[in-house]
Amino acid sequence: MTAETATPPAPAKSAEPDIRLLKLAEAVTIPALALIASALAFSVFLILIGKDPVQFYQLIWTGGFGSSFSFQNSLQRAAPLILTGLAFAIPARIGLTMIGGEGALVLGGFTAAAMAIPLVSSGVTPWITLPVMAATGMLTGALWLGFTGWLKHSRGVNETIASLLLSYIAIAIMNFFVEGLLRDPSSANKPSTMPIGDAYRIGSMPGTDVHWGLAAGIVLAIALWVLMSRTTFGFAARMTGGNARAAKAQGLPVGTLMVVSCMIAGACAGLAGFFEVAAIHGQANASLVAGYGFTGILVSFLARHNPIAIVPVAILFGALAAAGGVIQRRMGMPDATVLVLQGILFVVLLVSETFYGRFKIFQPKASGDRT
Amino acid sequence: MDNPVLTVLIAMLGGAIRVSTPFMFVALGETLTEKSGRINLGLEGTLVLGAMVAYAVSYLTGNAWLGVLAAGGAGTVLGALHGYICKLPRVNDVAVGIAMMSFGTGLAFFFGKPFIQPQAPHLEAIPLGAWSDNPALAQALEVNPLFFVGIILAIFLGWAFKNTRWGLIIRMTGDSAASAKAMGVSVDLVRFLATAAGGFLAGIGGAFLSLSYPGIWNQGLSSGQGLMAVALVIFARWDPVRAIMAALFFGAAGAIGPSLQAVGITQGYYFFNAAPYILTLIIMIISAGSKSAARDVPGELTMK
Amino acid sequence: MTLHSLSRRSLLKVGAAGLAATALPFGIARAQTNVILGIVYVGPKDDYGWNQAHAVSVAALKALPGITVVEEENVPETDAVAKSMESMINIDGANLILATSFGYYKPFVVDLAKKYPDVQFRHAAPLWNKETDPANAGSYFPYLNQAHYVDGVAAGLSTASGKIGFVAAKPIPSVLSNINSVLLGARSVNPNATVQVIFTGEWSLPVREAEATNALIDSGVEAITCHVDSPKVVIETAEGRGIKTMGHNASQAPLAPKGFITGAEYKWETIYKAYADDIAAGKTPPNFLIGGYNNDMLRNTPYGAGATPEAITAADAAIEALKGGAPIYKGTLKDNKGNVVVDKDYDNYDPYLDGMNWLLEGVQGSIT
Repeated sequence: MTAETATPPAPAKSAEPDIRLLKLAEAVTIPALALIASALAFSVFLILIGKDPVQFYQLIWTGGFGSSFSFQNSLQRAAPLILTGLAFAIPARIGLTMIGGEGALVLGGFTAAAMAIPLVSSGVTPWITLPVMAATGMLTGALWLGFTGWLKHSRGVNETIASLLLSYIAIAIMNFFVEGLLRDPSSANKPSTMPIGDAYRIGSMPGTDVHWGLAAGIVLAIALWVLMSRTTFGFAARMTGGNARAAKAQGLPVGTLMVVSCMIAGACAGLAGFFEVAAIHGQANASLVAGYGFTGILVSFLARHNPIAIVPVAILFGALAAAGGVIQRRMGMPDATVLVLQGILFVVLLVSETFYGRFKIFQPKASGDRT
Repeated sequence: MDNPVLTVLIAMLGGAIRVSTPFMFVALGETLTEKSGRINLGLEGTLVLGAMVAYAVSYLTGNAWLGVLAAGGAGTVLGALHGYICKLPRVNDVAVGIAMMSFGTGLAFFFGKPFIQPQAPHLEAIPLGAWSDNPALAQALEVNPLFFVGIILAIFLGWAFKNTRWGLIIRMTGDSAASAKAMGVSVDLVRFLATAAGGFLAGIGGAFLSLSYPGIWNQGLSSGQGLMAVALVIFARWDPVRAIMAALFFGAAGAIGPSLQAVGITQGYYFFNAAPYILTLIIMIISAGSKSAARDVPGELTMK
Repeated sequence: MTLHSLSRRSLLKVGAAGLAATALPFGIARAQTNVILGIVYVGPKDDYGWNQAHAVSVAALKALPGITVVEEENVPETDAVAKSMESMINIDGANLILATSFGYYKPFVVDLAKKYPDVQFRHAAPLWNKETDPANAGSYFPYLNQAHYVDGVAAGLSTASGKIGFVAAKPIPSVLSNINSVLLGARSVNPNATVQVIFTGEWSLPVREAEATNALIDSGVEAITCHVDSPKVVIETAEGRGIKTMGHNASQAPLAPKGFITGAEYKWETIYKAYADDIAAGKTPPNFLIGGYNNDMLRNTPYGAGATPEAITAADAAIEALKGGAPIYKGTLKDNKGNVVVDKDYDNYDPYLDGMNWLLEGVQGSIT
């Protein structure tokens, strides 16, 4: 994809405060209008099938945001999506469509759990074990997606199909070991690696029910935003994303940039896998294959590959998932209801991008033309 | 059957014929769409919706071919929607495709509930293997007519892209919108039609899944086959005939896992089951690096 | 272990009315309701298989006075299930939670049971441990392998060669026990019987299930059964190729008018009805409720056209024997690698069998 589609319309270089404010207002108003429009469109669907839209949206609120419990439910579900969203966004900025986050997450989680087995059994303190596990997961993910980046650069292998294939292979590797060599014999009906035990599990953040993966995701999102928008690396990466050939002609190390971006992405996904193991499951098993890697792609697109914007978008996803359960329970509607709503919502949000720069009200008075 | 090698080979032949058809139709549809310079990643959703609609219509009308038509119709609607949305300025077709995947799958799951349990009439297969007294071979050669439709269509498309005015227009639109416009071609219209037609084909692929093989409707029916088929288009370098070969190869490789277990090679079945992915990757790595790959890419694609 | 003796394991005698006193921030219409039952399914609840069997049985409870049922489908075995169950407690005021997938138990059900001691949790696999697990958690599970043993008996006498195929999802004990029981049932009437197994690696993957069925048929099996979430593909594919079939989870008899022999079915309604009765009587449902033919938790699908008269007679006799507690695993038995794995007669509910990680001699297949 090109830089035009991958980045939000850049503010004019010597942006005066009021122009920035206008841009911000535009960036808030358009998605808000899109949310309302998709809610109306989905209401039509609900009325057609004989359900009450008012009740529906009340329940979305109740289930996703309406109480401290509900909001934390949404945040917890958002945590892995922030990290997998970042795993798609960073290569996207450099022009790569890397859809292999799922595989990096699964392998990262699996290797983190495998690394924990000797450490836990020899009684190493969690203060050492957990960072080692996290590093292992991130390194595995980085190498896994870095390999894809290297294939792209050195052999010209298309990264989209390669990373998709590698995801299926990663899942096979994990299943092979979890059901064979590394299976905990007591994990009878759910083949898993040895549990790390409660003493090693990462608890919730103080005062909440949300695990530390959320904090890690937010910190990484900010760090990667700084990296991509405020450093030479980020500038070079975006330039490569805009026009790889020109970047090469400028003497930029395009290959290194590609591989490093992919490695950053893999590390994000691998970290998500680590948190699934250390905070949720306490071991590695087939439940690591939960589709977070694929959902992260959509999160990243809706956030227009902006690391900071990924956080609220992931929370929106988390809230819809959380509310979906309440909808099923109270309205007797199938699970697929939320899929339909998501589809409509995302299509409308993406269509709304066409309106940037079209509303006069958001344009600086000096220049009435379109951006 | 006594000879294990023969057993596996016959299973791969059967797998190529039985499993490849949905990949073929989706890959052909996507090839057509991408040749025009547009990407539709949402064909997984189209495939699933096509499968559900085909099964439902076949069940309700008792006519499986009506189901196939209806699936094509549903696919056309999704494709047209995608095609219409993507012509708006600033809208990213890759992203919309992923959103459409969610929409199509959601609709299929939502309305497909009542059709999981009933039995719908299937498409009749042609028993090409009736001459053989080997039941496995006879079964492997029970071929669904859609399989031949797919192959003929691929050859036709391959020919038409090179030799017809329409083929030229589509390729030109895909390679350079500017030159197509200079020739007076409506780029938006060509892409809209190519995307709608691509959706039609993917819908038919779905009908094969639910009405021929495996011949049921449930929510796990596709499990990503549509997404994989879209990826195969890149593997086949936007060539319809190569897309068919890729689909056949994928189907054959998918039969390796189960048939090896059937002849007693049972260790490591996770890797044998992953054979289609592993082999495809290996082939890509070996065959990559050639300059021809880059040359085949339609120049207007947002994702290369 | 019988239903009766297990009931006496009940540790808590909390009145249902007391449970219902849980504060409800968002009241649903529950003026006279004193039990709110939340149930989570791992797949769609109309999958014509595992999940549907639960959903149909729990639907019977909805008619009972004083019970509200809230359901959630397609809940993966991740923190999503923890949050779904917790949401049922917090938002709907659920005080009895039924978790119907193996992987829900640890850590999710165990952790939540500790966090919400006033809520009763019951999980559909025999995993609850009296010593280590919370007293408000518990297990229920019918040992379906008994019904698959009956399948084996019927198949052994309905086929000439005794070659049986088995399409299995994953090599976990409950699946392995079904495979081994089919073999033992078939061998009880035909000493030459064999079972060939193909693992698909996933609970629901229709294309690979169809491929596995075809591969088994091509290798010469005469009858096929399976243990996957939705057996429809396997049964239809085999019927289409003129091969006899045995069902799993729910009645697949209508799918195979020519070749259906019988099938292994759960009677979840026995368990759910028992829970409802306990609740109605103000008692806490038992923590550990397992069973089989001896306490009406299983049934075999009525015989189809594929079952021979001798098969029907022998299978009926096998059912009667199982009702009397006749053991299935009788020593000495070797696994298919030559190790002795059964050295004596085991009771059908012996915990040793819960940890099964072997396939018996006569089964072609490997668990790794």
